[in-house]
Amino acid sequence: MQSQAVKRTSGKKAWKEWAWGWFFIAPTIVGLVVLNLIPMAQSAYLSFFKSGDFGRNNIYVGLDNYRKLVQDAQVWHAVANTLLYAAIVVPVSIALAMLIAVLLNQKIAGRSAYRTIYFIPMIAAPAAVTMVWRWMYNQQFGLFNYVLSKFGLPPVDWISNPRLALVSIAVIGIWSVVGYNMVLLLAGLQEIPKDYYEASDIDGAGRIRQFFVITLPLVTPTLFFVVVTSVIQAMQVFDVIFMMIDVTNPAYDHTVSLVYLFYNSSFKYMDRGYGSAIVMLLLALIMIITFFQMKAQKRWVHYQ
Amino acid sequence: MTQKNRVSTLFVHAVLLLGAAIMVLPFLWMVLTSLKTVTESTSMNPFYFFPSRVMWENYSEVWRQTDFLRLYWNTFAMMALRVLCGVTFSAMAAYAFARLKFPGRSFFFSLVLFQMMVPTQIFIIPQYLMVDQLGLRNTILALLFPGLVSAFGTFLLRQFFMGLPKELEEAAKLDGCNIGQTFLYVMLPLVRSGLAALSIFTALFSFKDLMWPLIVNTDSSAATLSSALAKIQSAFAVHYPELMAASVLAIWPMLALFMLFQKQFIEGIATSGGKL
Repeated sequence: MQSQAVKRTSGKKAWKEWAWGWFFIAPTIVGLVVLNLIPMAQSAYLSFFKSGDFGRNNIYVGLDNYRKLVQDAQVWHAVANTLLYAAIVVPVSIALAMLIAVLLNQKIAGRSAYRTIYFIPMIAAPAAVTMVWRWMYNQQFGLFNYVLSKFGLPPVDWISNPRLALVSIAVIGIWSVVGYNMVLLLAGLQEIPKDYYEASDIDGAGRIRQFFVITLPLVTPTLFFVVVTSVIQAMQVFDVIFMMIDVTNPAYDHTVSLVYLFYNSSFKYMDRGYGSAIVMLLLALIMIITFFQMKAQKRWVHYQ
Repeated sequence: MTQKNRVSTLFVHAVLLLGAAIMVLPFLWMVLTSLKTVTESTSMNPFYFFPSRVMWENYSEVWRQTDFLRLYWNTFAMMALRVLCGVTFSAMAAYAFARLKFPGRSFFFSLVLFQMMVPTQIFIIPQYLMVDQLGLRNTILALLFPGLVSAFGTFLLRQFFMGLPKELEEAAKLDGCNIGQTFLYVMLPLVRSGLAALSIFTALFSFKDLMWPLIVNTDSSAATLSSALAKIQSAFAVHYPELMAASVLAIWPMLALFMLFQKQFIEGIATSGGKL
């Protein structure tokens, strides 16, 4: 009798815990289903339709959007531009962030002031930041070309030269994100026990050797996190290119990113079906890249 | 300090100062340009680094043409609502995922993880259609909409809750707290640093969001600072002093917040990076 009573109260308790658990997750789960899960399925579904006038009366077109996607030169431009942008911004911004983090990971005057200053670009709205860069890049009146002219160099068309524009844009991307990556890496560096360095000081190892033998291997878990998130962020680049390059810019084909193309198709030309197909392509690309990064992880990341 | 050490310290400072100058230069140029006349800003010979006369008129001009008070309010309301909803719901769900046992826990948590891996653009068209059907376009609620719940926030706060010792809940239970009270009065205050980090993250990223407000709130009276700037850029064309004045007006509130709470900002980002 007694054991049954105990069982009943503990069963009641377990049930109470279940109820609280479900109650606590309910808003988030309902939100995720309504705002994310269903929309994701809808995007996939929409990619098989052609949007009618004013986005109504969708017509089922099967794989037509995907067929168009494969044949659309602009899509391939956008894929190439997006990958190239990521291939410039990710390694350069992380290398610079690492350099700064290592320099700041020591007793040095003004350490927190430096940390604050390097973080400032992360705080500013990309729309505002891009405007001032666009102004500095201005071919006739920009600051950069003025400085070049002082050295007797000819002006450069930073943002309308198709071969240069993407690099100019990547510079802004690097500038914006360096401080953020630095803060994350610095936090990782501070986890490394000081005695490792003391031991290698006794062995007479130089600073550079210490960096490659101790610092770099031990910071790889943080580095991995920074690389994965930076790649995903870079693949979704939009703001800077949107603010910098109009559709009429001669460098448009050489700078348009997948997300910018998605925006134009869906909300400028109102072809939501095609826009959805583009975003499915972006999803596939990100999934593939992330999958390979997870695979490669075992080969270079050292977890302690 | 040895001679060699002093030289290397000097070198380190030189590198760091150069980097710091590059970080600050665009902002400096923004402010300087915003105070020049158009003629001065486009004059190359002589070149004006500093304005010869401070043109506050540029600010009054953009202030007159654009309802900045409105933009401040819209942006602030969006940030505040997203922080409030995102942090509240995430904290509740995170606590359940970290500390409670219930059927379906790992299944539902995998939904959270799944959402985090998918690019957000994939939700935008259907979310836009929903907002449109609800008749919420050009409202503050439309700006809140994608930020009602946060998978990232749930994941982040779960890490914080998991770090707390088990004894706390047992002690609270002995004192007669039910699960809701334990959460609210015992556990929640202990993850304050996590809540602060998530609030800062949420506020910062909604402030910087450009595409969503551009799409759902096309009326200039319902725009945010970011999306309004995109329109101002085409309106003022090449009047860079006015464009720069508008940019300064758009970024100073966040910059001021950052300067006030820089420690919380940077440590919030640093700890959450380590938690993920």
